[in-house]
Amino acid sequence: MIEVKGLVKTYGTKRAVDGVTFTVKRGDILGFLGPNGAGKSTTMKMITGFLRPDAGTAMVDGIDVTVDPVAVKQKLGYLPESAPAYPEMTVEEFLGFIAEVRGFRAADAKRAQVDRAINLTHLAPVRKQSIETLSKGFKQRVGFAQALLHDPGVLVLDEPTDGLDPNQKNEVRSLIKNMASAKAVILSTHILEEVDAICNRVIIISRGKVVADETPERLRARQPGARLDEIFRTLTHGDI
Amino acid sequence: MRQISPIFKREFVGYFRSPVAYVFLIVFLLSSVLLAFFAGGFFRGRVATLESYFYFHPWLFLFLVPAAGMRLWSEEKRSGTVELLFTLPITTLEAVIGKFLAAWAFLALAILMSFPMPITLAYLGAPDWGVIISGYAGSILMGGAYLGVCSLMSALTKNQVISFVLSVFICVILVLLGTSMFSGFMTGFLGMPVAFADAIANFSYLTHFDAFTKGVIDPKDVLFFFSLMGFTLFLNVVALER
Ligand SMILES: Nc1ncnc2c1ncn2[C@@H]1O[C@H](COP(=O)(O)OP(=O)(O)OP(=O)(O)O)[C@@H](O)[C@H]1O
Ligand SMILES: [Mg+2]
Repeated sequence: MIEVKGLVKTYGTKRAVDGVTFTVKRGDILGFLGPNGAGKSTTMKMITGFLRPDAGTAMVDGIDVTVDPVAVKQKLGYLPESAPAYPEMTVEEFLGFIAEVRGFRAADAKRAQVDRAINLTHLAPVRKQSIETLSKGFKQRVGFAQALLHDPGVLVLDEPTDGLDPNQKNEVRSLIKNMASAKAVILSTHILEEVDAICNRVIIISRGKVVADETPERLRARQPGARLDEIFRTLTHGDI
Repeated sequence: MRQISPIFKREFVGYFRSPVAYVFLIVFLLSSVLLAFFAGGFFRGRVATLESYFYFHPWLFLFLVPAAGMRLWSEEKRSGTVELLFTLPITTLEAVIGKFLAAWAFLALAILMSFPMPITLAYLGAPDWGVIISGYAGSILMGGAYLGVCSLMSALTKNQVISFVLSVFICVILVLLGTSMFSGFMTGFLGMPVAFADAIANFSYLTHFDAFTKGVIDPKDVLFFFSLMGFTLFLNVVALER
């Protein structure tokens, strides 16, 4: 469902992403790992059509994002890093706006979609609260709700559990896991156990390049007996 | 183009979610009306017209329109919501038009809030409604042409102060080109032909607004304001897509 071929992005003289290639199939949950500044967010921004790649393409359901970005954006749900949202709107107003842009214009369809997203992400207690007054974890959930709202076939989540309490982390993980059979999911994270808990594939990138692309079991088998963070360190040692 | 309406709605209602809208509307109304009374001699004229009210609009807009337009794109860039907006299924053009129209509608509301003035005139005398309506139409059109510049400037930076200062600067130039002082400088001091000075003055808000305040709606003036809006919004799309 997602095919990424040779993506490159350069900022000034710095190659943030340097020929990243991978595919994600329906039912896959891909864990996207890498040290700070490795190029995870930049890769995601290119897949979702926010940044134009300097070279390479990303295809979603066979549609090239550089050719028809709007069609790709219809199929995607995207949670950007640090979950931006319009601070002066209430949760309900904000999700209502997303629903309208996503094509749910009739009042009842809009309401159904908003309610569904609010229930999935446990936002009911704060639905009438303005987003600027929410705590970090709740803001993160609003971003997650926004990404799920139209029940997309492809989810791109940049650090979805960042800032959540342990209960909510588990909640979000099981939510992603339960939805995943019909979707292709890419999620980036710094929590290595998260990969073990929900991902069936792992990609590690370091300095803009893919250094590992395999199942979590295969990753462990690289250094039998070692902890995941030790394997991570070995693979990304060039990147500090 | 279907996506313009939710963008418009969010942006327009957004003005009223913060105190900005109320501060702006009140300041706009007070300053425009006070200028008309004290500097323009609204009652002293003993004629039932709004000319003294509209006379100051090009100067007033110089500061007030950039104040209303500076946040249009800068704010989205600073807070990161551009990333959200441009990963929703909308084109850059739809977003630019939607936001522009919302800001323009807000500005039109500020201008139309002075409606008690023509009503007072009608009570005291017999104003020429044609002139009043053409004055309002010209003012709103000119406001749109200021706003196009401001929207473009705000797309260039995530800093609202820079956006404001650049907008004021460009608008000042587009006003000054039409002053008699400037054309006098061109023909007298620089010895340019009058036709050339007139051609330059053609790029000014003043030149094209004047006829409206006298009750004349010239298609050339209307075309000028719309062309300026179209041109700046086109550059706005280019600036956001680069
Ligand atoms: N707008 C920009 N201008 C210049 N450099 C940038 C810009 N955005 C990102 N970079 C650089 O590109 C590199 C990759 O950044 P990116 O945000 O993709 O990293 P990341 O893997 O998501 O890191 P983190 O784990 O900290 O979120 C970094 O070195 C960063 O400094
Ligand atoms: Mg990142």
